[in-house]
Amino acid sequence: MQTLAAPRRRVGMKTGKTWAWAPSRIISLRKQPRGSSLTSPLAWASEDLGGSGGTLADGFAILATAGRFALAAPLAETLAAAWLLSHASVKLPVNAMTIAPVRPHDRIILDADGRLSGRASGVPFAQEAEHIAVLAHSDERPMIALAAVKDSRLAEGRNLAGDASNTVTFDGVRPLADVPAPIGLDQTTLMQMGSVIRSVQIAAALQAILSLSVAYANERVAFERPIGKFQAVQQNLARLAGEVAAALAVSGSAANAIAQADASEDAAFLEAASAKIRTAEAAAEGAAIAHQVLGAIGFTEEHVLHRFTLRMLSWRDDFGNESYWAAELGRRVVRRGADEFWPLVASR
Amino acid sequence: MTVNLQFDPIRLPPECEILRAEVRAFLAEEIAAGTFDPHQPGHGDSYNRAFSRRVGAKGWIGMTWPKRYGGHERSQLERYVVTEEFRVANAPSHLHFVADRQSGPILLKYAPEHVKADVLPRICGGELCFSIGMSEPGSGSDLFAAKTKATKTDGGWRINGSKIWTTNAQVADYMLALFRTASPTKENRRHGLTQFLVDMKAPGIMVNPINQMTGKPGFNEVVFDNAFVPDDHVLGEIDGAWKQATSELAYERSGPERFLETFYLLLELIRALGPEPDLRGAEGLGRLVAQLHTLRRMSVSVAGMLQAGKEPVVEGSIVKDLGTLWEQKLPGRVRELAAFVEAEMLNRATLEDQLAFATVVAPKFTIQGGTTEILRGIIARGLGLR
Repeated sequence: MQTLAAPRRRVGMKTGKTWAWAPSRIISLRKQPRGSSLTSPLAWASEDLGGSGGTLADGFAILATAGRFALAAPLAETLAAAWLLSHASVKLPVNAMTIAPVRPHDRIILDADGRLSGRASGVPFAQEAEHIAVLAHSDERPMIALAAVKDSRLAEGRNLAGDASNTVTFDGVRPLADVPAPIGLDQTTLMQMGSVIRSVQIAAALQAILSLSVAYANERVAFERPIGKFQAVQQNLARLAGEVAAALAVSGSAANAIAQADASEDAAFLEAASAKIRTAEAAAEGAAIAHQVLGAIGFTEEHVLHRFTLRMLSWRDDFGNESYWAAELGRRVVRRGADEFWPLVASR
Repeated sequence: MTVNLQFDPIRLPPECEILRAEVRAFLAEEIAAGTFDPHQPGHGDSYNRAFSRRVGAKGWIGMTWPKRYGGHERSQLERYVVTEEFRVANAPSHLHFVADRQSGPILLKYAPEHVKADVLPRICGGELCFSIGMSEPGSGSDLFAAKTKATKTDGGWRINGSKIWTTNAQVADYMLALFRTASPTKENRRHGLTQFLVDMKAPGIMVNPINQMTGKPGFNEVVFDNAFVPDDHVLGEIDGAWKQATSELAYERSGPERFLETFYLLLELIRALGPEPDLRGAEGLGRLVAQLHTLRRMSVSVAGMLQAGKEPVVEGSIVKDLGTLWEQKLPGRVRELAAFVEAEMLNRATLEDQLAFATVVAPKFTIQGGTTEILRGIIARGLGLR
């Protein structure tokens, strides 16, 4: 495995009287003792597999908390990997994991000799993880595999926020484990799960951005008043609150739908796709408003704001971007036909 | 500080789905009988007294109110289902809807017992149409600048002045109105307005219709010339309506009617795109669907909060802000996405008729029931900025 040094970043920034913290690497996955509260990254796997046996709802709550701090560590990725591996009853490694593929059209093949080949781009934190959970295609059905990152080839890459995002190439890699995926779990399922994870993170980051922006507007004085007293600024922040509200509602609904597992296939698709589409739109709109409110200070490297805005803008691209999901959702809706459209919406 | 917005993932309970099936069956029968055409835009805004009585007989007006006033003690979520199914079907519910949504709840809270016993059962029966007298020629969004006067007289009040842009007034049986009973004070400019229940058949009330830019009636000017309102039609505290009027608006804001008024356009777009849409059509439609689903999940969540006895003023205002802007933009989006649909598509003519209507009607969405600017002021206050 190539070792690439993670850039050092400042982790806190004083904004007026407010300290907003965005801790980098507050969770050391490798060193955490078993059974401690920090086994949360493995919440989505049962205890006999080495997980902490949390519910899906617990995991989404953990992700929301991490999102509010723009956590720059592979927590969501480890959770997602544990979720995937638990479907194959694969014993979990106790270290940082990531998951592949994260792009809807990337394909990884498990051949008849049991070797992985193919390329997955934009794999988050691959260079900082030790293991990678893979959904692979085989002649018969989707397979779930666990591979060591060091056995793959990594290309350097970073997302907008500077977090590792690597193209991972498997050239006939023998996985540590491979098991057929349960019926019904395929790449679309993985993309839906990943999208809901990202939408929960985006909504949480937006919440933090709203609090930070409101606090700044109440403190920063211009023309002898806090800028939050100006109607133009108030109207912008109200719009930001609307985007935050939309993101919270749609991501919370989608996470709930996954946790309850009570939706029909089309309804689950509607929930997950909508969550990714709408939170991605909210991320773009919300980031623009927050940067406008914070002005020059929010555009500095020192300030914490970009840790939220850039991270959430990057998250839009993982597990299918909003345009991909919109086209897929649109196609599904027209295939069902106009008469079956409202019943689908009303079923949620 | 942390800003807390909450939208819990409320799901409609099973009784709602039983009810939904009943509502759909009823509406299908009405459509089959020719009561209304679900494809005809603007029907949701029309008046049909016979239809409203049949809706009342079904128990779908005043659903959440106490049984002793003709209500049905059902949940806000059940009411939600009826409201959204009526909107989606384009059913003519205008006659009873204002009374059901906001006038009834105000009467329940502030009217004397015998007035409640008289009026509320008739609302539930679909017999009564209400209008809301707030805006005046010199005041609109600034509710507390109202000047129309109520002067104390024997056994009641004499009303002089006028209200304007009053929806429903041309057919309404009653109006819930704000009149000035005292001057504002230095400390409180909102002081001095009182809420009244006005019988529109009382002498001294003249209704002058004002056509809207759709070419259809809708607005009215209502002139009060020494009209008499009895003492027992005062609602709540004299001079203290400012404490009451804002809670009325909370009811008005978050319902599905705030984003489903032009829903027919989306259905017609799906028909126009057909089963094999181009990428642009599919992607554009997908976004609209995601946005609609989001709005609905937000709106259901607010209904859940109302059911739990909360007052989600900020959340309700956010739903109306996002919802009305969305439906205002919908005609434009549908027009763009249908631009390359072949001219001989079966529903092209229907779509164009609907687009024409929706494009003309769209400006009102962000004005009625609290303008975008007022809503954002309320949201900003909730955020701690004012």
